[in-house]
Amino acid sequence: MQTHYLLTLFGGALSIMALSAFFLGRAKAARERSAGRAMSAQPDQYAWFAVIATVGPALTVAAMGAFLMLLLQARLATGYLLTGSLAIAAFGLWSGMRQVRPNFHARRAIERVIRWALVASASISILTTFGILISIVFEALRFFQLHGLWDFLTGTVWAPGNSFLSAAGRGGDSQSAAQFGSIPLFAGTFLITAIAMLVAIPVGLLSAIYMAEFAPRSVRTIAKPTLEILAGIPTVVYGFFAAITVAPLIVDIADHLGLDASFNNALAPGVVMGIMIIPFISSLSDDVINAVPDSMRQGSLALGLTQGETIRDVVLPAAMPGIISASLLAVSRALGETMIVVMAAGMRPNLTANPLEEMTTVTVRIVAALTGDQEFESAETLSAFALGLVLFVVTLALNLASVLMIRRFREKYRVNHL
Amino acid sequence: MNRSSPGEPLTHNDNAHHELIIRVRDLDLWYGESQALHGIDLDLYRNNVTALIGPSGCGKSTFLRCLNRMNDLIPSVRVKGSVEMEGRDVNDARTDEVALRRLVGMVFQKPNPFPKSIYDNVAYAPRMHDLVSRKPDVDDLVEQALRDAGLWDEVKDKLKQPGTSLSGGQQQRLCIARAIAVRPEVILMDEPTSALDPISTATIEDLMDRLKLQFTIVTVTHNMQQAARVADYTAFFHLGEVVEYNDTKTMFSNPATKRAEDYITGRYG
Amino acid sequence: MSQSLDEITLQLKRRHRQSRLMKWLSMGALGLAGLFLVFFFTDMLMKGLPAFQQAQIQVKAHYSEQASKMPPAAVDEDIRDLVSRGWLRLIPRQIQDQPKLLGTTRTEWVLADGQVDQYLKDHPNRLSEDARARVDEMVAQGRAELRFNLRFFTSGDSKMPELAGIMAAALGTVWTMLVTLVIAFPIGVMTAIYLEEFAPDNRLTQLIEININNLAAIPSILFGLLGLAIFINFFGVPRSTPLVGGMTLALMTLPVIIIATRTALRSVPDSIRHAAFGVGCSRWQVVRDHVLPLAMPGIMTGSIIGLAQAMGETAPLIIVGMVAFIPDVGGTITDAATVLPAQVFTWSGEPDRAFVEKTAGGIVVLLAVLIALNATAVLLRRKFERRW
Repeated sequence: MQTHYLLTLFGGALSIMALSAFFLGRAKAARERSAGRAMSAQPDQYAWFAVIATVGPALTVAAMGAFLMLLLQARLATGYLLTGSLAIAAFGLWSGMRQVRPNFHARRAIERVIRWALVASASISILTTFGILISIVFEALRFFQLHGLWDFLTGTVWAPGNSFLSAAGRGGDSQSAAQFGSIPLFAGTFLITAIAMLVAIPVGLLSAIYMAEFAPRSVRTIAKPTLEILAGIPTVVYGFFAAITVAPLIVDIADHLGLDASFNNALAPGVVMGIMIIPFISSLSDDVINAVPDSMRQGSLALGLTQGETIRDVVLPAAMPGIISASLLAVSRALGETMIVVMAAGMRPNLTANPLEEMTTVTVRIVAALTGDQEFESAETLSAFALGLVLFVVTLALNLASVLMIRRFREKYRVNHL
Repeated sequence: MNRSSPGEPLTHNDNAHHELIIRVRDLDLWYGESQALHGIDLDLYRNNVTALIGPSGCGKSTFLRCLNRMNDLIPSVRVKGSVEMEGRDVNDARTDEVALRRLVGMVFQKPNPFPKSIYDNVAYAPRMHDLVSRKPDVDDLVEQALRDAGLWDEVKDKLKQPGTSLSGGQQQRLCIARAIAVRPEVILMDEPTSALDPISTATIEDLMDRLKLQFTIVTVTHNMQQAARVADYTAFFHLGEVVEYNDTKTMFSNPATKRAEDYITGRYG
Repeated sequence: MSQSLDEITLQLKRRHRQSRLMKWLSMGALGLAGLFLVFFFTDMLMKGLPAFQQAQIQVKAHYSEQASKMPPAAVDEDIRDLVSRGWLRLIPRQIQDQPKLLGTTRTEWVLADGQVDQYLKDHPNRLSEDARARVDEMVAQGRAELRFNLRFFTSGDSKMPELAGIMAAALGTVWTMLVTLVIAFPIGVMTAIYLEEFAPDNRLTQLIEININNLAAIPSILFGLLGLAIFINFFGVPRSTPLVGGMTLALMTLPVIIIATRTALRSVPDSIRHAAFGVGCSRWQVVRDHVLPLAMPGIMTGSIIGLAQAMGETAPLIIVGMVAFIPDVGGTITDAATVLPAQVFTWSGEPDRAFVEKTAGGIVVLLAVLIALNATAVLLRRKFERRW
């Protein structure tokens, strides 16, 4: 616990310096002012500037140092780094105090710092995307060195079973030991997504049409938030529901019809996922349909068209970019959905179009690969990142397409809230 | 206003036809609690242009929308009194407002073409109404409607382009073409030129002059010169009442009421 | 030339029917969604509520010397298989803690075995015919009954369903959410302030915007991969801890908070900003003293919703190892922990059927918390809603 102790000491010393910077700075500024000199900022602002000058550089150096240590794997003593930072803090305190003089614009300096802090915050979201990309790409590349990209994309057998042997160099012919053909996984993912969309798009869109075009105001104000409850239910709960309630129900029904269904059939997670996605579609579609100008409806009604025809032939085509955008977002959501399929779909890769059979998905295999007992270097673990990379690329494309679609709609009707 | 006995025409214009097409009697309209129209009596004549003028908020647009029951779309609106067409009350519960709107078309203040091609904007409604079905018939009808609306020469080479790609004045003429393509009896125009430039306005005024040979036109305007130019009859609305209804020449040269005179001479409005 | 009103009305019949069909169909769709909601909640309550009760039986407990070495000796042989083994195991410790107990025999209500519990709740169970008869007899004598299951709320995980509770997971959730909030809230609000109030409208800003929208829609499991590869493998943050879980979820929650804050900031009318600029405030002072206070309710609402979303998240936490088996309540942000949804996930994988009701019970608690959070957000919005 040496580092713990050092860190506490460092924190304490830095806070004391910051405090003294604040009070010294304020006192000096107040003295100057009472001496009758016109100051370009308030004493408090000088005080805060002194604090920033003391703490800012010191913390930056400490953080950069720590990062470098991590990067170079150098075990440079933490003590040196922290002492160095404290020295910088002391220097900062001294220079900060020197700046307490009438013609220094402390407020502007502070606001420059604040502005940079805001920019730094904003860059975190960019860093996150890069972080995801980097973490996935590097490991995925390592995977593709072990198993070719082509085999991964076109192979129809996913059998990572013995990969630890080949990783240990004892697998002999690695092709026979472990196979990473991702087609069955993607087939399963797409089938389950398709089932989900088959449930979500009709129900969601029709609900939106009812809420936006037919329902009295009172129904709409209740129905919309009620539907959104569906989106707030954790996916793990849906997964449990799919596995414990829906899957046995489907097996029973299939039994009645003389069909053979697995308890891990693709239909149960698909349907439940569809239900989860209903509010995504209904909510966004409702907004979009409402944003279609009323003059459009009136123009159609004034020609003697019925309300149904007006909706079908005028309102929906006008809202189409928004509806497509919502659907793309929903597809992206379904492709990446994890818990429902982990709990209700199967583990066994299975290339089939029969939704009553057991099949597995990309996300299921990612979870399986990363929660097993393999060491991190094994091909199976790395395969999770390769799968993640494909998932990232596909969802990114869908999301961007969705954004472009909604922009088109927004520009056409000049609505800003979408 | 001078009320004649029912059945008698309310005004006289020697140059025009006098065939009655819509007879409005004692029409009241409320938005929730506030009354917007007070006992309107008005006769509209076939193949004439009738202009409704008056200061904004006087109820002229509201009245116009009573004629094809577009006010039904506003839940709080309540209507009393009779609007008679083809010998039946438009407001009667048995009258199908959708059917009514085919006989009484409408053109709006702001052009509102559908998000479809120019061709489909015109062809859509006639197709739905089964007026035409064979492709060559549809083509003929679209061409005829666009010609009648004076738009054909400008768009004949780009019928597949979206209706929204046209200029404002062209869009409004497209909306007129769309309205006449379903062969209505009456066309209501709610300030059809107020969003347009002067040249487009002049084009549409000429158009109204030609269209009245085939249709009956009721137009709302707050441009008095326009009313004077295009209308055969003019009704002056104020505070939800018809203050004066007369043939246009009389209305503008020798108004019978002080209020109409004040408005026409620009003392308020 | 024209058709008459009556002719048209007649023609319209079919089309009106179609229009009505559309209305009924769309109403039916909404009804279907509502029906599902009702079915779902009923199903969860029916499955989960029994978890709040647990079978207890009245036994004579012999705190003898022998029992302190071989716990099953503490109860008579005929009901030995009906008593929770978890309770039996605790006997030596109890005797150690309270030496006075040694040698006494007490009549006590103790936890029954999980199978007895399932039998009393009419759920499928593995109890033998003979044992069922004995339980029935005890029920008749008033020596076996279902009581409120306090242990479910106060204890940690266990492999024995009758002992398992959600407290450890709940605590893990609290720690994780704390980390998430401490990281995501300031960064999210600051990002939104920058984008809304400071940023020039250039390519970079647009890129950041698109990027945020994209982050909000990226599958959550990919955040787990980031947590694993960067936080754990690169920065060496300890695995399975609320610290790494909270950091991962913070990145996920960030876009939600940013988007909500931007909406809130945008709803503050420009007239307020102009007025503040007019009295000589700098841009930052305008934001700090005038815009932020007015936008605060919206920011809070958005943050609560974001937090609720993070609270239900499981997939990325599984990847960073927060599915640990945590039998003891306690621990800090750098100790291995689990969270409520992850606990639900682990229980759902237990083969023992008695865990089904524990799982559903955990779900009921989780849903109750989430609904409470969302209701708070809605109330907050209602209370401070302002129309400009």
